[in-house]
Amino acid sequence: MFKILKKEALAPKTILMETYAPLIAKKAEPGQFIVIRVNEKGERIPLTIADFDREQGTITMVFQEIGKTTNLLGTKNVGEYISDILGPLGNPTETDRYGTVVTIGGGVGIAPVYPLSRKLKSLGNKVISIIGYRSKDFVFWEERMRSSSDELLIATNDGSYGAKGFVTDVLKNLIDKDTHIDRIYAIGPAIMMKAVADLTRGYKIKTIVSLNSLMVCGMGMCGACRITVGGETKFTCADGPDFDAHLVNFDELMKRLNTYKEEEKISFEKWKEEVSYGA
Amino acid sequence: MGLKKESVPMREQPPKVRKRNFLEVPLGYSKEEAILEAQRCLQCPTHPCIDGCPVHINIPGFIKAIKEDNLQKAIDIIHESNLLPAITGRVCPQEDQCQAVCIMGNVGDPVSIGRLERYVADWELEKRKKGEVSLPKKMPPKNKKVAIIGSGPAGLSCAADLAKMGYDVIIFEGFHKTGGVLTYGIPEFRLPKWIVEEEEKFFKQLGVKFQTDVLVGRTLTIQDLFEQKFEAVFIGVGAGLPRFMHIPGENLDNIYSANEFLTRVNLMKAYKFPEYDTPIKVGKRVAVIGGGNVAMDAARTALRLGAGHVYLIYRRSRKEMPAREEEIEHAEQEGIEFMLLTNPIRYIGDENGFVKQAECIKMRLGEEDASGRRRPIPIEDSEFKLDIDQVIVAIGTTPNPIVPKTTEGLKTGKHGTIWVDENLQTSVKGVFAGGDIVTGAATVITAMGAGRKAAASIDKYLRGEL
Ligand SMILES: Cc1cc2nc3c(=O)[nH]c(=O)nc-3n(C[C@H](O)[C@H](O)[C@H](O)COP(=O)(O)OP(=O)(O)OC[C@H]3O[C@@H](n4cnc5c(N)ncnc54)[C@H](O)[C@@H]3O)c2cc1C
Ligand code: SF4
Ligand code: FES
Repeated sequence: MFKILKKEALAPKTILMETYAPLIAKKAEPGQFIVIRVNEKGERIPLTIADFDREQGTITMVFQEIGKTTNLLGTKNVGEYISDILGPLGNPTETDRYGTVVTIGGGVGIAPVYPLSRKLKSLGNKVISIIGYRSKDFVFWEERMRSSSDELLIATNDGSYGAKGFVTDVLKNLIDKDTHIDRIYAIGPAIMMKAVADLTRGYKIKTIVSLNSLMVCGMGMCGACRITVGGETKFTCADGPDFDAHLVNFDELMKRLNTYKEEEKISFEKWKEEVSYGA
Repeated sequence: MGLKKESVPMREQPPKVRKRNFLEVPLGYSKEEAILEAQRCLQCPTHPCIDGCPVHINIPGFIKAIKEDNLQKAIDIIHESNLLPAITGRVCPQEDQCQAVCIMGNVGDPVSIGRLERYVADWELEKRKKGEVSLPKKMPPKNKKVAIIGSGPAGLSCAADLAKMGYDVIIFEGFHKTGGVLTYGIPEFRLPKWIVEEEEKFFKQLGVKFQTDVLVGRTLTIQDLFEQKFEAVFIGVGAGLPRFMHIPGENLDNIYSANEFLTRVNLMKAYKFPEYDTPIKVGKRVAVIGGGNVAMDAARTALRLGAGHVYLIYRRSRKEMPAREEEIEHAEQEGIEFMLLTNPIRYIGDENGFVKQAECIKMRLGEEDASGRRRPIPIEDSEFKLDIDQVIVAIGTTPNPIVPKTTEGLKTGKHGTIWVDENLQTSVKGVFAGGDIVTGAATVITAMGAGRKAAASIDKYLRGEL
């Protein structure tokens, strides 16, 4: 059982939760994730570790309320418990002093981009961050991101804040202005990571993505998270979650992410009904 | 009384009924049936059955006690060598072990040793359920901590023995539930989960502590454990990494490893979706690839979920199937269609990425290979396509590299198994290992035997005798 110590609505349907998990906090590194199970009947879902505090023994997750499990998690309050949290899982993101690095975050993907940018900056890189939101209402962690980057660029789909368009539009601008870029990290929805990969492939800029495959075990024992990278099958949880974006088969990833679309709907509808009965 | 050549059959749920429910298939012996079967035992002075048993249970001894209707004595005899008889009575491949060498097999059916073992164990479990627990004697506390990694049969039995010897034992388990393959792999209809839970309760009463949600190598390392004042470590992490065939199309939707499929159903209770949140697909035409216990379990589970038709595709013939004979028979009775001497070579998907066909090739058997089984050879131009909408790959598992990778100096063998000496000590001092992680995928009873042997070695080591 893992106690919730803090809960904060960052934006509509975007929630930050801090839990007491000292063992995980002690070992966590940027890029790693956890697998959680909210309650006895819950499914196991992966969430990226958005932040951690080794002294306090806490880890932070940021999630979007989309389906049953994330909505259920969203109903949990400070002082309540999450049944299971396993982690830290996956390999830490490889970081070094590369020169100029662009970190890209989309939606809740911005949460893990923050500690990553912080670390890259502390290693002496020039960090340019590009963060994208649906609209102005969804903006969160702008200040944090500013403090962890040398330059911060913001895009919203509808143009209500920052540049209008996608993170890739901003990135393309940057490249077209002849900005020298040594390495790019992108974390966000699969479609965003694919767009970044497609853009940077032509420019031969090394690009790392953090994949968000469906998972069951999170420890290499089921293969639910498998994905083709460079023509070989990899397990996202054990071999990743970071991969060279130019080698990832994103079409396969997106199809696999949709495997249980119907079931997810059934589960969510049932839950909404139960909640409204309860109310 | 003359010799009874036929063994007393065990009552079972009829195939038509059971193939749509998850309840246990064999129903157990009544007292009369058990005594009748026990009377078939010749009490051979040479007792080959004992040598056939990987943990050398005094088989004629406990069978005699059944005949005398002294079940307490029977269970005590079994417990001397086997801590989990309700489980092994159900899942051991007896036909390759004790029953393979039973003298009665020369004149008729061998004595049904497994069924008798189950009968005795169930009697005791019923007692325990009513709260009548007789805990074995425990030695005085030694105030030494031992860490066990993995809660499968190897880890559980190692922990139980060490607890009896007076050690402080903590089992660390990666999953949220303990039991290893007993919990996430072997299905309810073969091994009801309440039995595994009852055993866990018993081990807790013995003083064994469990800590779930700890993946050693990630959450904690073996180094950390020694820093936390554990004085010895046992690694019983199994061989849970699923193998795939690496043929085109294998990552299409609705293609599962058997591990994923069974974990969703057994551990996550996907067969109760949407009451439980974990979903699973129910195929109309399912292909299970493989011929072992895992393949049988996957095929029969698919059927119980409501699959229309289930093929079992195996590249050798029925004779070479490594599964327990009983499971093969049960699968056939339930209407699983065996496609023998056949191997898939690629999968074909629809526009949404879901599998819709398997292209297979016919095989013939050639010379014997290293395993003593005849090697399957593809027959040229025999390819054909099979319409299916779900595939479960059950072609074996390999050891998970996470502990070896994160433990300095831990020597591994050819296929990633952990190297141990004759005392089951690894190349790292104070670290022992046993079960599937040492042998590669094997059996519950060998894992249990290894756990107990390691417990004895750890005791010696901690007393400075090793
Ligand atoms: C579907 C299926 C059916 C089977 N049927 C039979 C049968 O009928 N008869 C038979 O005798 N055998 C059968 N087997 C084989 C048998 O179950 C195994 O040989 C046996 O369980 C091995 O025991 P073990 O303790 O070595 O490992 P496991 O049972 O695999 O247990 C290992 C445990 O360690 C945990 N773990 C792994 N890595 C870590 C880590 N780093 N940190 C913490 N915990 C970790 C795992 O989650 C697991 O709980 C079957 C296997 C399967 C998969
Ligand atoms: S070999 Fe068979 S008949 Fe002989 S003692 Fe063992 S179980 Fe009984
Ligand atoms: S989630 Fe099970 S292997 Fe990756």
